[in-house]
Amino acid sequence: MDSMTIIAVASIITAGFTIAIGVIGPSLGEGRAVATALTSLAQQPDASATITRTLFVGLAMIESTAIYCFVVSMILIFANPFWNHVIAEATKAVGK
Amino acid sequence: MHLSPDEIIFWQIGLFKLNATIAYTWGLMAVLVVGSILVTRRLSKDLQRSRWQNLLEIVVTGIAKQIKEVGMKQPEKYLGFLGTLFLFVAMASLFTIVPGYEPPTGSLSTTAALAICVFVAVPLFGIEENGLEKYLRAYLKPTVIMLPFNIISELSRTLALAVRLFGNMMSGTMILAILLTITPYIFPIAMSALGLLTGMVQAYIFSILAAVYIAASTQVSKQKPEPESDPESEPAEK
Repeated sequence: MDSMTIIAVASIITAGFTIAIGVIGPSLGEGRAVATALTSLAQQPDASATITRTLFVGLAMIESTAIYCFVVSMILIFANPFWNHVIAEATKAVGK
Repeated sequence: MHLSPDEIIFWQIGLFKLNATIAYTWGLMAVLVVGSILVTRRLSKDLQRSRWQNLLEIVVTGIAKQIKEVGMKQPEKYLGFLGTLFLFVAMASLFTIVPGYEPPTGSLSTTAALAICVFVAVPLFGIEENGLEKYLRAYLKPTVIMLPFNIISELSRTLALAVRLFGNMMSGTMILAILLTITPYIFPIAMSALGLLTGMVQAYIFSILAAVYIAASTQVSKQKPEPESDPESEPAEK
Protein backbone atom coordinates (compact mmCIF):
# COMPACT_ATOMS: atom_id res chain seq x y z
CA MET A 1 0.00 0.00 0.00
CA ASP A 2 1.37 3.38 -0.86
CA SER A 3 1.30 6.28 1.53
CA MET A 4 -1.88 7.77 0.07
CA THR A 5 -3.88 4.61 0.77
CA ILE A 6 -2.41 4.30 4.25
CA ILE A 7 -3.37 7.87 5.09
CA ALA A 8 -6.91 7.41 3.78
CA VAL A 9 -7.49 4.12 5.59
CA ALA A 10 -6.01 5.35 8.86
CA SER A 11 -8.05 8.57 8.76
CA ILE A 12 -11.34 6.84 8.08
CA ILE A 13 -10.88 4.11 10.68
CA THR A 14 -9.63 6.54 13.30
CA ALA A 15 -12.52 8.93 12.67
CA GLY A 16 -15.01 6.15 13.19
CA PHE A 17 -13.37 4.83 16.35
CA THR A 18 -12.81 8.31 17.78
CA ILE A 19 -16.44 9.24 17.79
CA ALA A 20 -17.69 5.75 18.66
CA ILE A 21 -15.48 5.21 21.69
CA GLY A 22 -15.35 8.87 22.66
CA VAL A 23 -19.05 9.21 23.42
CA ILE A 24 -19.25 6.18 25.72
CA GLY A 25 -17.78 7.95 28.73
CA PRO A 26 -19.73 11.23 28.51
CA SER A 27 -23.01 9.39 27.93
CA LEU A 28 -22.57 7.30 31.06
CA GLY A 29 -21.50 10.37 33.01
CA GLU A 30 -24.47 12.42 31.85
CA GLY A 31 -26.84 9.59 32.69
CA ARG A 32 -25.52 9.48 36.24
CA ALA A 33 -25.67 13.25 36.54
CA VAL A 34 -29.31 13.43 35.44
CA ALA A 35 -30.25 10.50 37.69
CA THR A 36 -28.72 12.17 40.73
CA ALA A 37 -30.34 15.49 39.81
CA LEU A 38 -33.75 13.81 39.58
CA THR A 39 -33.24 12.19 42.96
CA SER A 40 -32.34 15.48 44.60
CA LEU A 41 -35.23 17.23 42.84
CA ALA A 42 -37.58 14.65 44.28
CA GLN A 43 -36.12 15.20 47.73
CA GLN A 44 -36.05 19.02 47.63
CA PRO A 45 -38.42 20.42 45.02
CA ASP A 46 -38.07 24.05 46.12
CA ALA A 47 -34.39 24.09 45.24
CA SER A 48 -35.32 23.15 41.69
CA ALA A 49 -33.97 26.35 40.08
CA THR A 50 -30.50 25.87 41.54
CA ILE A 51 -30.49 22.15 40.84
CA THR A 52 -31.63 22.60 37.26
CA ARG A 53 -29.08 25.33 36.57
CA THR A 54 -26.25 23.33 38.10
CA LEU A 55 -27.39 20.27 36.19
CA PHE A 56 -27.24 22.12 32.88
CA VAL A 57 -23.83 23.58 33.61
CA GLY A 58 -22.52 20.16 34.62
CA LEU A 59 -24.01 18.52 31.55
CA ALA A 60 -22.34 21.11 29.33
CA MET A 61 -18.97 20.43 30.93
CA ILE A 62 -19.39 16.67 30.48
CA GLU A 63 -20.66 17.11 26.95
CA SER A 64 -17.64 19.11 25.93
CA THR A 65 -15.37 16.05 26.02
CA ALA A 66 -17.72 14.31 23.61
CA ILE A 67 -17.62 17.44 21.47
CA TYR A 68 -13.81 17.29 21.41
CA CYS A 69 -14.01 13.74 20.00
CA PHE A 70 -16.58 14.85 17.45
CA VAL A 71 -14.42 17.77 16.35
CA VAL A 72 -11.40 15.47 15.92
CA SER A 73 -13.36 13.04 13.79
CA MET A 74 -14.81 15.86 11.67
CA ILE A 75 -11.33 17.23 11.13
CA LEU A 76 -10.12 13.78 10.09
CA ILE A 77 -12.90 13.46 7.54
CA PHE A 78 -13.29 16.98 6.18
CA ALA A 79 -10.24 19.07 6.96
CA ASN A 80 -7.54 16.43 7.10
CA PRO A 81 -4.17 18.19 6.63
CA PHE A 82 -2.32 14.98 5.72
CA TRP A 83 -4.88 14.13 3.09
CA ASN A 84 -4.79 17.67 1.69
CA HIS A 85 -1.02 17.51 1.53
CA VAL A 86 -1.06 14.16 -0.26
CA ILE A 87 -3.73 15.34 -2.69
CA ALA A 88 -1.71 18.48 -3.43
CA GLU A 89 1.33 16.32 -4.16
CA ALA A 90 -0.67 14.02 -6.42
CA THR A 91 -2.17 16.95 -8.32
CA LYS A 92 1.29 18.41 -8.78
CA ALA A 93 2.57 15.06 -10.06
CA VAL A 94 -0.31 14.75 -12.54
CA GLY A 95 0.10 18.35 -13.66
CA LYS A 96 3.78 17.83 -14.51
CA MET B 1 -19.86 20.43 2.59
CA HIS B 2 -17.74 22.84 4.52
CA LEU B 3 -16.52 22.70 8.05
CA SER B 4 -17.22 26.31 8.97
CA PRO B 5 -18.59 29.50 7.40
CA ASP B 6 -14.97 30.64 7.00
CA GLU B 7 -14.88 28.76 3.75
CA ILE B 8 -17.66 30.70 2.04
CA ILE B 9 -15.89 33.72 0.60
CA PHE B 10 -17.97 36.57 -0.73
CA TRP B 11 -15.23 38.90 -1.84
CA GLN B 12 -11.49 38.86 -1.74
CA ILE B 13 -8.93 41.62 -2.13
CA GLY B 14 -5.28 40.81 -1.56
CA LEU B 15 -4.96 38.97 1.72
CA PHE B 16 -8.28 40.15 3.14
CA LYS B 17 -11.14 37.76 2.59
CA LEU B 18 -14.69 38.80 3.29
CA ASN B 19 -15.96 35.41 4.32
CA ALA B 20 -19.38 34.47 5.60
CA THR B 21 -18.25 34.57 9.23
CA ILE B 22 -17.29 38.24 9.08
CA ALA B 23 -20.33 39.22 7.02
CA TYR B 24 -22.81 37.44 9.30
CA THR B 25 -21.11 38.69 12.47
CA TRP B 26 -21.34 42.28 11.33
CA GLY B 27 -24.91 41.77 10.17
CA LEU B 28 -25.79 40.34 13.58
CA MET B 29 -24.12 43.26 15.35
CA ALA B 30 -25.98 45.71 13.12
CA VAL B 31 -29.33 44.07 13.89
CA LEU B 32 -28.67 44.04 17.65
CA VAL B 33 -27.39 47.62 17.83
CA VAL B 34 -29.97 49.18 15.52
CA GLY B 35 -32.78 47.23 17.17
CA SER B 36 -31.72 48.35 20.63
CA ILE B 37 -31.35 51.98 19.52
CA LEU B 38 -34.81 51.94 17.99
CA VAL B 39 -36.37 50.42 21.11
CA THR B 40 -34.61 52.61 23.67
CA ARG B 41 -35.24 55.87 21.88
CA ARG B 42 -38.35 56.54 23.93
CA LEU B 43 -38.13 54.79 27.26
CA SER B 44 -41.12 55.24 29.56
CA LYS B 45 -41.18 54.64 33.31
CA ASP B 46 -44.91 54.23 33.79
CA LEU B 47 -47.08 51.26 32.98
CA GLN B 48 -47.65 52.36 29.40
CA ARG B 49 -44.70 51.03 27.48
CA SER B 50 -44.09 49.53 24.12
CA ARG B 51 -43.90 45.76 23.85
CA TRP B 52 -40.31 45.91 22.64
CA GLN B 53 -39.27 47.83 25.73
CA ASN B 54 -41.08 45.22 27.78
CA LEU B 55 -39.18 42.47 25.99
CA LEU B 56 -35.84 44.12 26.57
CA GLU B 57 -36.66 44.67 30.23
CA ILE B 58 -37.54 41.00 30.63
CA VAL B 59 -34.24 40.02 29.04
CA VAL B 60 -32.15 42.42 31.11
CA THR B 61 -33.76 41.63 34.45
CA GLY B 62 -33.59 37.91 33.69
CA ILE B 63 -29.86 38.09 33.03
CA ALA B 64 -29.32 40.25 36.13
CA LYS B 65 -31.21 37.71 38.25
CA GLN B 66 -29.09 34.85 36.88
CA ILE B 67 -25.89 36.75 37.62
CA LYS B 68 -27.07 37.40 41.16
CA GLU B 69 -27.91 33.73 41.62
CA VAL B 70 -24.40 32.74 40.59
CA GLY B 71 -23.22 34.68 43.59
CA MET B 72 -22.23 38.16 42.49
CA LYS B 73 -23.79 40.83 44.66
CA GLN B 74 -23.73 43.70 42.17
CA PRO B 75 -24.84 42.39 38.81
CA GLU B 76 -24.86 45.82 37.14
CA LYS B 77 -21.08 45.86 36.89
CA TYR B 78 -20.98 42.66 34.89
CA LEU B 79 -24.32 42.91 33.14
CA GLY B 80 -22.85 44.57 30.05
CA PHE B 81 -20.23 41.96 29.39
CA LEU B 82 -22.18 38.84 30.34
CA GLY B 83 -25.40 40.09 28.77
CA THR B 84 -23.59 40.79 25.52
CA LEU B 85 -22.06 37.33 25.49
CA PHE B 86 -25.43 35.69 26.03
CA LEU B 87 -27.29 37.86 23.52
CA PHE B 88 -24.67 37.51 20.81
CA VAL B 89 -24.47 33.73 21.00
CA ALA B 90 -28.25 33.36 21.38
CA MET B 91 -29.03 35.62 18.42
CA ALA B 92 -26.33 33.95 16.35
CA SER B 93 -28.10 30.66 16.80
CA LEU B 94 -31.64 32.04 16.61
CA PHE B 95 -31.14 33.53 13.15
CA THR B 96 -30.73 30.08 11.60
CA ILE B 97 -34.45 30.50 10.95
CA VAL B 98 -33.43 32.91 8.18
CA PRO B 99 -32.62 30.84 5.06
CA GLY B 100 -29.09 31.08 3.76
CA TYR B 101 -27.70 32.06 7.16
CA GLU B 102 -25.02 30.15 9.00
CA PRO B 103 -24.20 30.95 12.60
CA PRO B 104 -20.83 32.73 12.83
CA THR B 105 -20.22 30.89 16.09
CA GLY B 106 -19.81 27.80 13.93
CA SER B 107 -16.35 29.05 13.12
CA LEU B 108 -13.49 28.51 15.56
CA SER B 109 -12.34 32.11 14.99
CA THR B 110 -15.49 33.61 16.49
CA THR B 111 -15.62 31.26 19.46
CA ALA B 112 -11.91 31.68 20.11
CA ALA B 113 -12.39 35.46 20.08
CA LEU B 114 -15.25 35.20 22.58
CA ALA B 115 -13.23 32.86 24.81
CA ILE B 116 -10.24 35.24 24.70
CA CYS B 117 -12.60 38.07 25.72
CA VAL B 118 -13.56 36.01 28.79
CA PHE B 119 -9.92 35.13 29.43
CA VAL B 120 -9.01 38.83 29.49
CA ALA B 121 -12.11 39.93 31.38
CA VAL B 122 -11.66 37.56 34.34
CA PRO B 123 -8.35 39.09 35.58
CA LEU B 124 -9.60 42.59 34.72
CA PHE B 125 -12.68 42.24 36.90
CA GLY B 126 -10.68 40.46 39.59
CA ILE B 127 -8.04 43.18 39.76
CA GLU B 128 -10.67 45.93 39.66
CA GLU B 129 -12.46 44.34 42.59
CA ASN B 130 -9.62 43.12 44.78
CA GLY B 131 -6.44 44.85 43.69
CA LEU B 132 -3.51 43.35 41.82
CA GLU B 133 -1.77 41.79 44.80
CA LYS B 134 -4.79 39.97 46.19
CA TYR B 135 -5.70 38.72 42.75
CA LEU B 136 -2.23 37.31 42.15
CA ARG B 137 -2.15 35.82 45.60
CA ALA B 138 -5.29 33.86 44.76
CA TYR B 139 -3.21 31.75 42.41
CA LEU B 140 -1.24 30.51 45.41
CA LYS B 141 -4.33 29.19 47.18
CA PRO B 142 -4.73 26.59 48.64
CA THR B 143 -0.97 25.89 48.55
CA VAL B 144 1.95 27.21 46.52
CA ILE B 145 2.26 23.84 44.78
CA MET B 146 -1.04 24.52 43.04
CA LEU B 147 0.37 27.51 41.13
CA PRO B 148 1.12 25.68 37.83
CA PHE B 149 -2.18 23.83 38.04
CA ASN B 150 -4.12 27.03 38.55
CA ILE B 151 -2.43 28.60 35.52
CA ILE B 152 -3.06 25.51 33.41
CA SER B 153 -6.68 25.43 34.49
CA GLU B 154 -7.11 29.06 33.41
CA LEU B 155 -5.79 28.27 29.95
CA SER B 156 -7.61 25.01 29.55
CA ARG B 157 -10.99 26.38 30.55
CA THR B 158 -10.61 29.14 27.97
CA LEU B 159 -9.85 26.51 25.34
CA ALA B 160 -12.78 24.43 26.57
CA LEU B 161 -15.13 27.42 26.24
CA ALA B 162 -14.06 28.02 22.65
CA VAL B 163 -14.14 24.39 21.51
CA ARG B 164 -17.42 23.61 23.30
CA LEU B 165 -19.30 26.41 21.57
CA PHE B 166 -17.63 25.74 18.23
CA GLY B 167 -18.28 22.01 18.40
CA ASN B 168 -21.95 22.39 19.30
CA MET B 169 -22.65 24.97 16.59
CA MET B 170 -20.62 23.18 13.94
CA SER B 171 -22.22 19.84 14.68
CA GLY B 172 -25.67 21.37 14.38
CA THR B 173 -25.03 22.82 10.94
CA MET B 174 -23.18 19.74 9.75
CA ILE B 175 -25.91 17.33 10.85
CA LEU B 176 -28.38 19.51 8.99
CA ALA B 177 -26.23 19.54 5.84
CA ILE B 178 -25.78 15.77 5.93
CA LEU B 179 -29.46 15.11 6.53
CA LEU B 180 -30.46 17.40 3.69
CA THR B 181 -28.60 15.13 1.30
CA ILE B 182 -30.24 12.00 2.68
CA THR B 183 -33.86 12.71 3.69
CA PRO B 184 -34.73 16.16 2.46
CA TYR B 185 -38.23 16.77 3.74
CA ILE B 186 -39.34 16.37 7.36
CA PHE B 187 -36.39 15.15 9.40
CA PRO B 188 -34.10 18.16 8.77
CA ILE B 189 -36.77 20.42 10.26
CA ALA B 190 -36.72 18.41 13.50
CA MET B 191 -32.93 18.56 13.54
CA SER B 192 -33.05 22.28 12.90
CA ALA B 193 -35.34 22.72 15.91
CA LEU B 194 -32.91 20.66 17.98
CA GLY B 195 -30.11 22.89 16.70
CA LEU B 196 -32.02 25.95 17.90
CA LEU B 197 -32.45 24.37 21.33
CA THR B 198 -28.79 23.48 21.70
CA GLY B 199 -27.86 26.96 20.48
CA MET B 200 -29.89 28.57 23.28
CA VAL B 201 -28.53 26.14 25.87
CA GLN B 202 -24.96 26.76 24.72
CA ALA B 203 -25.49 30.53 24.88
CA TYR B 204 -26.73 30.16 28.45
CA ILE B 205 -23.85 27.82 29.33
CA PHE B 206 -21.24 30.17 27.85
CA SER B 207 -22.45 33.18 29.78
CA ILE B 208 -23.05 31.26 33.02
CA LEU B 209 -19.55 29.78 32.87
CA ALA B 210 -18.10 33.24 32.23
CA ALA B 211 -20.11 34.51 35.21
CA VAL B 212 -18.84 31.67 37.42
CA TYR B 213 -15.22 32.36 36.41
CA ILE B 214 -15.61 36.07 37.11
CA ALA B 215 -17.33 35.32 40.42
CA ALA B 216 -14.48 33.00 41.40
CA SER B 217 -11.91 35.68 40.66
CA THR B 218 -13.74 38.57 42.35
CA GLN B 219 -14.76 36.78 45.52
CA VAL B 220 -11.41 35.61 46.79
CA SER B 221 -11.19 38.16 49.58
CA LYS B 222 -14.64 37.49 51.01
CA GLN B 223 -13.89 33.99 52.21
CA LYS B 224 -11.78 35.02 55.21
CA PRO B 225 -13.78 35.71 58.42
CA GLU B 226 -13.40 39.29 59.60
CA PRO B 227 -11.96 39.61 63.12
CA GLU B 228 -13.65 43.00 63.82
CA SER B 229 -17.12 41.56 64.08
CA ASP B 230 -16.61 39.60 67.31
CA PRO B 231 -19.46 39.82 69.81
CA GLU B 232 -16.96 41.04 72.46
CA SER B 233 -16.25 44.25 70.59
CA GLU B 234 -19.92 45.05 69.98
CA PRO B 235 -20.68 46.71 73.39
CA ALA B 236 -17.80 49.14 72.82
CA GLU B 237 -19.71 50.80 69.98
CA LYS B 238 -22.51 52.68 71.69
